[in-house]
Amino acid sequence: MNPFEYAPALESTSIVTIKDRYGLFINGKFVAPKSGKYFPTINPSTEKKLSEIALASTADVDLAVKAARVAYAKVWSKMPAAERGKYLFRIARILQERSREFAVLETLDNGKPIRESRDTDIPLAAAHFFYHAGWADKLQYSGNGSGPKPYGVVGQIIPWNFPMLMLAWKIAPALATGNTVVLKPAETTSLTALLFAEICQQAGLPNGVINIITGEGATGAELVNHPGIDKVAFTGSTEVGKLIATSIAGSKKAATLELGGKAANIIYDDAAIDEAVEGIVNGIFFNQGHVCCAGSRLLVQESIQDEVLTKLKERMALIRLGNPLDKNTDIGAINSAAQLAKIKELSAAGDAEGAERWSPACNIPADGYWFPPTIFTGVSQTHRIAREEIFGPVLSILTFRTPQEAVEKANNTPYGLSAGIWTEKGSKILWTASKLRAGVIWANTFNKFDPASPFGGYKESGWGREGGKHGLSAYLKASN
Amino acid sequence: MERIDVLKTYKLFIGGAFPRSESGRVYAVKDFKGKHLANTCQASRKDLRDAVVSARSAFPGWSGATAYNRGQILYRMAEILEGRTDQFIAEISALEGANPKAAALQVEESIDLLIWYAGWSDKISALDGSTNSVSGPFYNFTIPEPIGVVAVFAAAKPSLLNLVGAMASVITSGNTAVMVASEKFPLPAISFAECMATSDLPAGVVNILTGVSSELAPWAASHMDIDAIDAAGLSPKVLKEAQIAGVGNLKRIKTPPNIKSPKRILDFMESKTVWHPIGI
Repeated sequence: MNPFEYAPALESTSIVTIKDRYGLFINGKFVAPKSGKYFPTINPSTEKKLSEIALASTADVDLAVKAARVAYAKVWSKMPAAERGKYLFRIARILQERSREFAVLETLDNGKPIRESRDTDIPLAAAHFFYHAGWADKLQYSGNGSGPKPYGVVGQIIPWNFPMLMLAWKIAPALATGNTVVLKPAETTSLTALLFAEICQQAGLPNGVINIITGEGATGAELVNHPGIDKVAFTGSTEVGKLIATSIAGSKKAATLELGGKAANIIYDDAAIDEAVEGIVNGIFFNQGHVCCAGSRLLVQESIQDEVLTKLKERMALIRLGNPLDKNTDIGAINSAAQLAKIKELSAAGDAEGAERWSPACNIPADGYWFPPTIFTGVSQTHRIAREEIFGPVLSILTFRTPQEAVEKANNTPYGLSAGIWTEKGSKILWTASKLRAGVIWANTFNKFDPASPFGGYKESGWGREGGKHGLSAYLKASN
Repeated sequence: MERIDVLKTYKLFIGGAFPRSESGRVYAVKDFKGKHLANTCQASRKDLRDAVVSARSAFPGWSGATAYNRGQILYRMAEILEGRTDQFIAEISALEGANPKAAALQVEESIDLLIWYAGWSDKISALDGSTNSVSGPFYNFTIPEPIGVVAVFAAAKPSLLNLVGAMASVITSGNTAVMVASEKFPLPAISFAECMATSDLPAGVVNILTGVSSELAPWAASHMDIDAIDAAGLSPKVLKEAQIAGVGNLKRIKTPPNIKSPKRILDFMESKTVWHPIGI
């Protein structure tokens, strides 16, 4: 054995108790679904069943929306804003207290490395509640007039890539602005949302202010189309976002949509190359590449492509793929069999269209869903792997000669969520940032998130922002 | 013998020029008593697409101009409009049936609204932008940016005020516009195009079509190179059709309630957030 090899460093799972079966969280209580149906949720790194979860039917969605309506009309909209804020502070603190439990459960249910759930997902989720708690009694200073009003009942649908963090992004601003919530987590990653329901109980949050219903896409559609919903907030694919936009056309429902991306990560020849290589790795391999804003299109200036590629391969050879509970793991499991199939299908399209695939030597565990960190060179703009969101640890590498060409290629996509710029020249950063049609620009860094920093896309990457003052406005009707 | 008036031919305004509709179609515009006033172009889908090409071509230059420059050009439009007040009073009186005093008031309000929006060009980012206190060694700021090409379906009455306010709110930030004038009251829009054509406004920044809104709206909504629509002048039925057709590129379709509001400017902007590490 190599004396410098890492010893296993497994995080204990004893901190988490997973129930055999979970009901729906409606009006402050866990209740059995009217449908009587449950579906399994598994650990994607072992394919073993973790628990089974209620499948909400039309009747269940209706109960949840009605509970949220009553809570809005009778309790939440009448409560002084400062008191509303205190509940959010409580939630933030309890989430911090129980953060390890949440991190372990997130890693078990999602497959992401414990290092990321522990250091990124859960701390940021708590930070989102703390940040928005402080807004609750200051809404008149948010740029929405002297007396902005909440929409009422908000239907929220979140994805499986950052289950708890997306829950926080959705629920914290909704509650701070005085709305009540019916939230549907993704069908493969509902467990942390259901554990969060316990936090709501511990915080003494009034019944019905937050309702959590679990189920499939059809459950989400029921929620979007329910006449008692005043606003829809969705994070997920552009395809589903368009279905939602179509179904609410002609209604009074407001919507925020956080959708897909195909971000360019631009490396200029005057970049700090070693730092840029770290940024490339963080940009595409963070969270197995299950990131809407992932830097999935690398644009390298032609004069430095050999150096960047050599260093990138050296660095990728050090990436550790394996048990997500191991604290040294960099890349965990792909979230589901369906997602793995999609990554494989698009990668095969890369091969078929003539791009060249490379992955470092990598021990793929026998059970579970895995995909090695992968790069494609010789990619042209027309290739599917340069146009479509892969949502996996797969990087398409293209080159450019001039800054103008870099910008043109970066913008050559219907998406516009994020982009990266690497150069040591300040004026070039600002020039490039001003030309890129994307909502979040990371210059000499990548994949940074903060509750104070607005997040969201141009073009087909969605409608509206989440986070910061701008995200708050998405939950308020402005007054004059 | 009484002098015979020289009547104006009302045409479209596309790419800084005044072409007729390629379709050859016109429709009769009547005054408030039903008497014939003029024939005006009934713009076609091709006219709309030509206007979008002009607006898209003008976008890099206009959005890249300094805000100070954009503000001065909007102010210049107000200067030109002020000098042609009588013409607009006559058109508004004839079309809307407003008495000369009310018509004069509308023109004055339109001029003042132009100046109001001219002044916003270099202030809107101070209103809506922010530096964000993130938890880490990063400088992080958010600025509003123009969204791109905006199609505007101006509300009917008061016709000049609605047209001028919608136009100014959309372009002051750097957007370019394809405007569809009120179907019933189109004449002031084309006369106003003459003001714009003599205000140092670069060709294509504002294009004006006259025609049938319900015919043009679905085409605008499904056009993949239009980024947003100001739907203030659309009926609920046409609005819904536009919302469905607009899903193709997730067009931002807004119906701003107030003709004079900074929110109206921000409805047609996108927020961009930039991160950079702080260190030595």
